[in-house]
Amino acid sequence: MDTQIMNIVDQPQTLEMSNIPAETVGDVHVERPRMTARNVNVFYGDKCAIDDVTLDIAEKQVISFIGPSGCGKSTFLRCLNRMNDTIDICRIEGTIALDGQDIYAPQVDVVPLRARVGMVFQKPNPFPKSIYDNVAYGPRIHGLASSRTELNDIVENSLVRAGLWDEVKDRLTQPGTGLSGGQQQRLCIARTIAVSPEVILMDEPCSALDPIATARIEELIHELSAEFTIVIVTHSMQQAARVSQRTAYFHLGKLVEVGETEQIFTKPQHEMTHNYITGRFG
Amino acid sequence: MTEPRMTETGASMISPQEAAARVEAGLAARRGRERRFRAYGRIAIGIALAFLVTLFVSIFSKGIPGFFQHYVTLEVTLDSARLDPTGDLSVQSLYDGDARGVIRAALYDATGASGRSGRKAAGKIISAGAEQRLRNAVLENPAILDTTQRMTFAVDDDVDSFLRGFIKRETPEKDRRINDKMIGYIDALQEQGLISFQFSDYLIFGSASRNAEMAGIYGALIGSLLTLAVCLVLSFPIGVATAVYLEEFAPKNRITEIIEININNLAAVPSVVFGILGLAIFIGIFGMPRSIPLIGGVVLALMTLPTIIISSRAAIRAVPPSIRDAALGVGASRVQTMLHHVVPLAMPGMLTGTIIGMAQALGETAPLLMIGMVAFIVDVPGSVTDPGTVLPVQIFMWADFAERMFILKTSAAIMVLLAFLILMNASAIIIRKKLERRW
Repeated sequence: MDTQIMNIVDQPQTLEMSNIPAETVGDVHVERPRMTARNVNVFYGDKCAIDDVTLDIAEKQVISFIGPSGCGKSTFLRCLNRMNDTIDICRIEGTIALDGQDIYAPQVDVVPLRARVGMVFQKPNPFPKSIYDNVAYGPRIHGLASSRTELNDIVENSLVRAGLWDEVKDRLTQPGTGLSGGQQQRLCIARTIAVSPEVILMDEPCSALDPIATARIEELIHELSAEFTIVIVTHSMQQAARVSQRTAYFHLGKLVEVGETEQIFTKPQHEMTHNYITGRFG
Repeated sequence: MTEPRMTETGASMISPQEAAARVEAGLAARRGRERRFRAYGRIAIGIALAFLVTLFVSIFSKGIPGFFQHYVTLEVTLDSARLDPTGDLSVQSLYDGDARGVIRAALYDATGASGRSGRKAAGKIISAGAEQRLRNAVLENPAILDTTQRMTFAVDDDVDSFLRGFIKRETPEKDRRINDKMIGYIDALQEQGLISFQFSDYLIFGSASRNAEMAGIYGALIGSLLTLAVCLVLSFPIGVATAVYLEEFAPKNRITEIIEININNLAAVPSVVFGILGLAIFIGIFGMPRSIPLIGGVVLALMTLPTIIISSRAAIRAVPPSIRDAALGVGASRVQTMLHHVVPLAMPGMLTGTIIGMAQALGETAPLLMIGMVAFIVDVPGSVTDPGTVLPVQIFMWADFAERMFILKTSAAIMVLLAFLILMNASAIIIRKKLERRW
């Protein structure tokens, strides 16, 4: 009997190891790509975190990255605006291009790149400054506003688009850290869109929030997708299904399957994807 | 007692009742250990407190009387012919004049001293600093010339010791520093109510002096402030810049590692070694003058740097990485991230470290002895290149003198030094509380 139990427990494990496809299942290419990744490998020291990933990210669309913890989805996301540069032991091979231009080319400066590819983090991380200064920080350092009124307009516009204006318009000088978790995360989104990026990367933006705040952010992601290309990493498959048009499933550093969200969640082509979305492992 | 339950493998299990009984049995010993541990802690704190109290009682009991000294008030006839022979009120003219004679005349009047030996004895009652005080009073307000003024002068330190009871009347005349005639005159002055015990202006506004009653800490205090200013100006920017560079920009390689180890080692180097370094380099090689606050400040800055670097690095490391991510994520460069976010957030910690380093530097004696700041300097230093001394060195020098009054003034100076240290540490706490921000 014991042996039998062992077998059942072990089965998905063996499935995982042997069944990762050599080639990504589904169509990694899209018609109008904003960002393209070709044969990307990422190493932390000797450890391979991302293994030969090729993927297009379509313009003005939401793509979600799903997969079990440690599958490399966040690592891949952070490669898209070179946030991994701050980690000394991190090494990247292959090419990642934004609008056809290799972002890892030696002449590329990360400062304008990160202005074009903004990022929202897992934990809301407003600066310990006023709400106004949080949003105005990006435009200020990039010199986007030529006058005080223009800066005010940018701040107001960003807060309106982040759906936070009505809640904070009377207390712009109060610290951003005094807001609730959901408001803080929307403030971080406002801060990101204030520099008018082309792509917004979101690393599990709702994992620290309650369901109501989560619903609010998801709604916001939906609205923002009309203007921005959005890449979202999430642990919640329902969230992926709700907010994204395309879904990519990562496993152990490999991109297993990518496709239209509806297709991934209704007719996954690969067995591992099927197992993951039905909750068999992960 | 129930039967021990058996598992399938045959190992016996303790019954819940038995387990509870065993726990109960061990409980008394466990509680005892906890009680003893707490008692050891209390004893340790008690011993430390007892030492602290002893220190404070001894310093305060000697130090507080040290803030006061005896003065004598005399009716001085300020004869312009004697005091200002040239008549132009110049400093030179006043020095040529007979201020000493004028004061003595008033003293003879008050005590009724007559004869050669009597006048000699009466003259010893008053401090040698009285003439200078008289000249200063005239310079300040020439209108008092040719009038009679009540003026207060410090008494000689031996007289002060006698008045405090350190020199006993009963001691045979040849064994005490005050002879019977002087005692008679002092009694006469006291009967007329001319002797007063008041706050010692010499202690605060006086400079180094061999005469205990005239000695003060003003010169040393200014020297300390100048030295600390040099130390702060050098060590704070260099320390913070080093910490920022090592923490955020330096490549993690062997050289960085060696530098880090050396900085940590420097923090433990005896301070006198820094003094020898200053002596060898600044005075030996560069030929700079001795005893100047500039070199003192540089030497103390070298000594303070490791403290500032270590505390600044800890403060920088304590800034949550999410703030860095946030700044980098909106496209701030590494320098902007550093200057706009990390350094402001780390500033309370950096300032605390700096103030504690400064407090350490304020109390430092040994390295300053090496570079000659122990010299006897009467003039108050006007700039960092004037020879001077500092408070702890002044205390060190006074502690060497035998006069009773120097012992009192040493304790008083220690109290002033302690007050400054407490002030600095308190400001460190206030700054930390004020600037502390939540994130």
